[in-house]
Amino acid sequence: MGFPDDVRYTAEHEWARLEKGSVTIGVTSYAADQLGDVVFVEMPEVGARLEALKAFGVIEAVKTVSDLFAPVSGEVIEQNGALADNPALVNQDPFGEGWIVRLRPSDPAEYAKLMSNVDYEKHVEEQHA
Amino acid sequence: MSFVGLTRDEEQRMLKEIGVGRFEDLLTAIPREVLLEHPPRIPGPLSEIELRRLLGGWARENHAAESASFQGGGVYDHWIPAAVDALASRAEFVTAYTPYQPEVAQGTLTAIFEFQSMMAELTGCDVANASMYDGATATIEAALLARRQTGRKRVVVAGMVHPHTLAVLRTYLDPADVAHVGDAAGLASPADLKAALGPGAACLIYQQPNFFGLIENPAALHALAHEAGALAIAVCDPIALALLEPPGRTGADLVVGEAQCLGSPMSFGGPLLGYFAARQSLLRGLPGRLVAETVDRQGRRGFVLTLQTREQHIRREKATSNICTNQGLMALRATIHMGLLGRLGMREVAELCVQKSHHAARLAGEIPGYAVAFAAPFFREFVLRCPVAARDVVAAGLEFGVSPGINLGRFRPDWKDLLLVAVTELRGADEIDRWAAALRKAGGAR
Repeated sequence: MGFPDDVRYTAEHEWARLEKGSVTIGVTSYAADQLGDVVFVEMPEVGARLEALKAFGVIEAVKTVSDLFAPVSGEVIEQNGALADNPALVNQDPFGEGWIVRLRPSDPAEYAKLMSNVDYEKHVEEQHA
Repeated sequence: MSFVGLTRDEEQRMLKEIGVGRFEDLLTAIPREVLLEHPPRIPGPLSEIELRRLLGGWARENHAAESASFQGGGVYDHWIPAAVDALASRAEFVTAYTPYQPEVAQGTLTAIFEFQSMMAELTGCDVANASMYDGATATIEAALLARRQTGRKRVVVAGMVHPHTLAVLRTYLDPADVAHVGDAAGLASPADLKAALGPGAACLIYQQPNFFGLIENPAALHALAHEAGALAIAVCDPIALALLEPPGRTGADLVVGEAQCLGSPMSFGGPLLGYFAARQSLLRGLPGRLVAETVDRQGRRGFVLTLQTREQHIRREKATSNICTNQGLMALRATIHMGLLGRLGMREVAELCVQKSHHAARLAGEIPGYAVAFAAPFFREFVLRCPVAARDVVAAGLEFGVSPGINLGRFRPDWKDLLLVAVTELRGADEIDRWAAALRKAGGAR
């Protein structure tokens, strides 16, 4: 399957990318494929404080809805406004333009604990085993 | 309806299985006063003819069905065109009650879509759902939506919201989260509400017209709610909305209420019909069912359930709400009713209610000892202060073939002299005269 190595992963199929002191969060290509066509992403407001592994939003596809879980704790500094008009970006480019929110992380140690792409790929394979 | 009897032995086995000693133990949650103390005394065995004669005689002792009703309090006696019954019972509408399979349920889905459109127009809201069980539970769902939306808990209830609605709110929510703010001369009190609203308030709920029939000032209440960062919830009578400015246009975030008055009989208090309307930004928080317009593969217009992914059959315990059905038959009746009346007809009904209720209030004011209790404008219903207990006025109606109103002493002991009177377009001048005669007799005047 192959997942990018510049991000880290949760067992709930979110990814997180640490760059210049902020963490960008999205869902993996595997999650996007499982959900099907995404029609709406409910995101927290800028300024909201997220707690690692707690639900922070909802992603809605045509036939299902799933909670979004925060890979790390922190304060929301940016929402991906483009998803309001074009939620399909999550399906088209899950690791790029389909990002969901950007955080200022409150505990850098949490990021290091997330899964690598190799571990995440194993995790996905186990789910299908 | 089929009925399969139960032997003593079967009953015992079932009770034993669930660990209950006696059948009566299953009924302990039901208030004693509504339980029969003993089964109806039917001497027997009787033939079907004899039994029908006996039970029919009992049924005829119900005078409520034959007397002219001046009772309201949330359920009203309005004219229902015969076409409502005829159309609502057509076979095209007799489909599975949940229209999950749009290809076989276009009749039901089209009617619900029309219902939603009509309720959205009446309320001045962007969107309305496919209906709720009744006005009280629609109000609860509105409060729950406001709590989800704001992340706050406290629900502030303004003045004269129906006591039953308040009781249902306190049943669903932690009673400590429900702040009921008293009225001022029958109306919501802005000063007291301002003090109660504060940073923890999720919503402000008011009723229009209120429980006493009085017209509240919606724009002021909406502004009060919004100043505190709370949602404004208007619980409105849909017939009054044919005349009043739609609350959605003056800032109400949610408009909900009881719509039995649209095409369903009083029928001793049910079945009822709740409606639920909201502004667009709250669309994804809407409880229950929503029908939307779409096109099929050949580009033809059709209707489907939409935004179902938030409901129980998909989200289980994380669903938006525990209601994921609607009140299909009553909503259908309301749709046909509004369709038959049209905009002008709805307005005429509302105007007749205003004229007739004000005529009755004037007549009552001329009877010694009686006075309209509140000075504020009213729509179809008003409170009379009586010279005797309101219960006695209600009893006096029997002789004149009228149900004079609701004895408000049922709700609060200090309201025992207050009679809540509803006068709809159905009440003729002769009936209103008989009603006044009952009042006169109960009050001791000639």
